[in-house]
Amino acid sequence: MADGDCNDSLEQLYIFLDGELTDSKRASIHHHLEECSPCLERFDFEAELRTVIARRCHDEVPESLRRKVADLLGLPADEA
Amino acid sequence: MADQARFAEQAMEHMSALYSAALRMTRNPADAEDLVQETYLKAYRGFGGFEQGTNLRAWLYRILTNSYINTYRAKQRRPDEQELDEAEDNYLFLRLGGLEAARQGRSAEDELLEWFTDAEVKEAVEELPENFRLPVILADVEGFSYKEIAEILDIPMGTVMSRLHRGRKGLRKRLYEYAVAHGLADRVDEAVAVPAGDDAAR
Repeated sequence: MADGDCNDSLEQLYIFLDGELTDSKRASIHHHLEECSPCLERFDFEAELRTVIARRCHDEVPESLRRKVADLLGLPADEA
Repeated sequence: MADQARFAEQAMEHMSALYSAALRMTRNPADAEDLVQETYLKAYRGFGGFEQGTNLRAWLYRILTNSYINTYRAKQRRPDEQELDEAEDNYLFLRLGGLEAARQGRSAEDELLEWFTDAEVKEAVEELPENFRLPVILADVEGFSYKEIAEILDIPMGTVMSRLHRGRKGLRKRLYEYAVAHGLADRVDEAVAVPAGDDAAR
């Protein structure tokens, strides 16, 4: 395992998880992750953490707000 | 009128996400409610100028973000640009020793969900300085692309990427502090945790 591959991959970690890498860079990271379990673990951790952050940051809209916005938009309350 | 009826039809489904984002921005429910109402009102009035087939969700977030910046940033009297303490890359991962849980046959996601409560994750996001917080909310909670975030916040893509990177590091550092508070990780002496050579190598 070449350390250079690990450093390159970790540097691109967020961009990879953000789905913003070019196809060829993406493929080369996939290839590296197949061979390097420490990097795979690290990528998995970040991917799961992101899912958890997104799920934890959800709030229910108060009914009163839903009604106010529906009124604002001229919607009947039951469609809101 | 037809336009506005169509707007109501399409825009209501985004309210839950917009309200959550508004709460992270304003950090209080009354302001968040006002901000969401203001956003819908502005969007409703401006819907004639919105190009059908383009990204309604991104457009709504742009209105939300601009309204927040214009109204609430002034109120909070915070400087435009704020700095974050530099945290190293991999902060949380290194501190928590990776996927202990996965080795015991549990998913990392289950384990992570137990590590932090809703309130802690929300607080960790809300504590980020605003110029890092907004990109983190838009990317990690709402799943917008770099290009969409650049358009929503009206900043260059390179700035989006660097703020996201640093905002995420700051968030992980804060989450680690919660893990320590729960007794899930040991407090690590910073001097030991960050070898001098680490900085020099960058």
